Amino acid sequence: MLRLTRRTNPSRSLEILAPLVAVALTLVVAAILFVALGKNPADAFAAMFWRPVQDLYGWSELGVKVAPLILCAVGLAIGFRASVWNIGAEGQIVVGAIAASWVALATGEGGFGLPGWLLPLLAGALGGMVWGAIPALLRTKANANEILVSLMLVYVGGFLLQYVVRGPMRDPMSFGFPQSPMFPDPARLPILLDTTRLHLGFALALLAALVAWLFVARSYQGFVFRLSGEAPAAAAYAGFSRAKVIWGSFLISGGLAGLAGAAEVLGPIGQLQPAVSPGYGFAAIIVAFLGRLHPIGIIAAALLMGLFYLGGEIAQMELQLPIAITGVFQGLLLFFLLGADTFVRWRLVLGGTR
Amino acid sequence: MGDELSTAIAVIAATLRAGTPLVFAAIGELVAERAGVLNLGIEGMMLVGAVVGFMVAASTGLTPLGFVAAALAGMGAAAIYGALALNLMTNQVATGLALAIFGAGLAAFLGQSWVGIPLPGMALPFPETLRSIPVAGPILFGHDWLVYLSLLTVAGVAFFLHRTRGGLILRAVGENQESAHALGYPVLRIRWLATLFGGAMAGIGGGYLSLIYTPQWAENMTAGRGWIALALVVFATWRPWRVLLGAYVFGGVTILGLQIQAAGIAINSNLVAMTPYLATIIVLVLISRDATRIRLHTPASLARPFHPEA
Repeated sequence: MLRLTRRTNPSRSLEILAPLVAVALTLVVAAILFVALGKNPADAFAAMFWRPVQDLYGWSELGVKVAPLILCAVGLAIGFRASVWNIGAEGQIVVGAIAASWVALATGEGGFGLPGWLLPLLAGALGGMVWGAIPALLRTKANANEILVSLMLVYVGGFLLQYVVRGPMRDPMSFGFPQSPMFPDPARLPILLDTTRLHLGFALALLAALVAWLFVARSYQGFVFRLSGEAPAAAAYAGFSRAKVIWGSFLISGGLAGLAGAAEVLGPIGQLQPAVSPGYGFAAIIVAFLGRLHPIGIIAAALLMGLFYLGGEIAQMELQLPIAITGVFQGLLLFFLLGADTFVRWRLVLGGTR
Repeated sequence: MGDELSTAIAVIAATLRAGTPLVFAAIGELVAERAGVLNLGIEGMMLVGAVVGFMVAASTGLTPLGFVAAALAGMGAAAIYGALALNLMTNQVATGLALAIFGAGLAAFLGQSWVGIPLPGMALPFPETLRSIPVAGPILFGHDWLVYLSLLTVAGVAFFLHRTRGGLILRAVGENQESAHALGYPVLRIRWLATLFGGAMAGIGGGYLSLIYTPQWAENMTAGRGWIALALVVFATWRPWRVLLGAYVFGGVTILGLQIQAAGIAINSNLVAMTPYLATIIVLVLISRDATRIRLHTPASLARPFHPEA
């Protein structure tokens, strides 16, 4: 019989290998799934993972998908390291998008010598922070489980969005379509690469990853966050405030998710619509884990997850595969990653249980 | 019968129906948590149960068979969780999240060609003569099979956990896994059984939505009920009968919102739709403020991985 025994030291090589193994296993299952659906797996893989990035435009589209994933995942990872479970990034994206849209429609022509997109972008970050502050407040003041509160707020935020695009923010000229007016041009995010949709949000995402890396690896506060998650007793003994870590985690991750939502509406979408995110906030959880909660790893993981989104859209158009296949792959990937991670600390041996 | 009385009876009946999927999902999770297993993936198991149950019922025309399939599908989804969280000792929070994401994706994938297909109804258990008794008839005898089954399940779980040896062992595993192991109880096997039971119940709860409550399949039709069920277990402080109370309170909140709109009070439907989620938050806050009470009732080994070596 097979059983697990603890390794004396965690395997460094497996720690790096585990995400690659997880990706490989996901692709194996994907291939089996394609065969079961009567598609040639080689064709399907080419359509999903190869053809989308054949030219500069494809890469720029990948960048558009990757930006919100990095922004959310980098923030979530800071919390996850501290054992603060914000799983409501999707709601923080939505509220950030609403806040940004509202400010963009009110002040979008710019003024005070500021670019028109700056205030909406900041409003988006603030909106996400406010939405993230609720679970932080209820966790620190009332001990309410932050997983459930942040998740409930995803649904509340979703209905809030439906309400504003059909009510207060609906374009009176939209012939009843639930959408806001298009934002004025100065409120749209600058494009980084001519003739593509790659916007400033991508640069901000990379910047956020860099700052997060400095924070986690090089700052005293980052150390406090890590210790609070990995050795709560030691952190408490050292006099570090758990409440501050919870607040910090939620404000950072909420703010970055709000920024991601703002960048989506100010960038590629250009107006507030009933759907602003295809589940980026949830996919970012997987990206954070797949990237080992490390900013560089997160960039790599986000590229892969972005490819899932991009490839999923193409598979839907070219192979008539349902777009939901993206969610199946995302879940499988996290399953395999979690399973593979076990072998970093444990070794599989033959023999009966003692 | 007066108009107000018949409205009140209709509201009670609707409340029970709205609460029933939550009763199933929460009582299953309660058993798993009492054994020390924190499975956050209820939403995923419910969706898989809902879609598989619907596919089987729609293609065979047999709604009861749909429920069997829903339970099995929920168990299948729970088995993925069990293999990872129990055997491979993965982080239970992350594994549950993965199951929620995977289940939603899988259900949407499986169900895409079943959207909008109608389903034959299921006969009610009690005859018309009983149901047409004034007041008592519709309240006591007017419901579908599953409403009664959910009540029986809660009673059965309450009896099992607190009145049988098996229940005592299950609670021991959840309270102190090392002691339970030292006494020779098969910790992993008991957790597996509890996890599978949780999956079956979540599957049936999802099946109730697609087979009876709606009855149709729609993507993400559970709309967060799996997460509300998790909150209900906390609300119930891990005691079975209080799950029932909590589920009906939530059912009532949902129905009340609809009633307010039906009464012609001008309030936006999207704002009304927020109420169950806001109510969940409020209830969590009220119940969690007493930290000592929560700590006393939480199974002490909840979410802790078990390995005989450790």
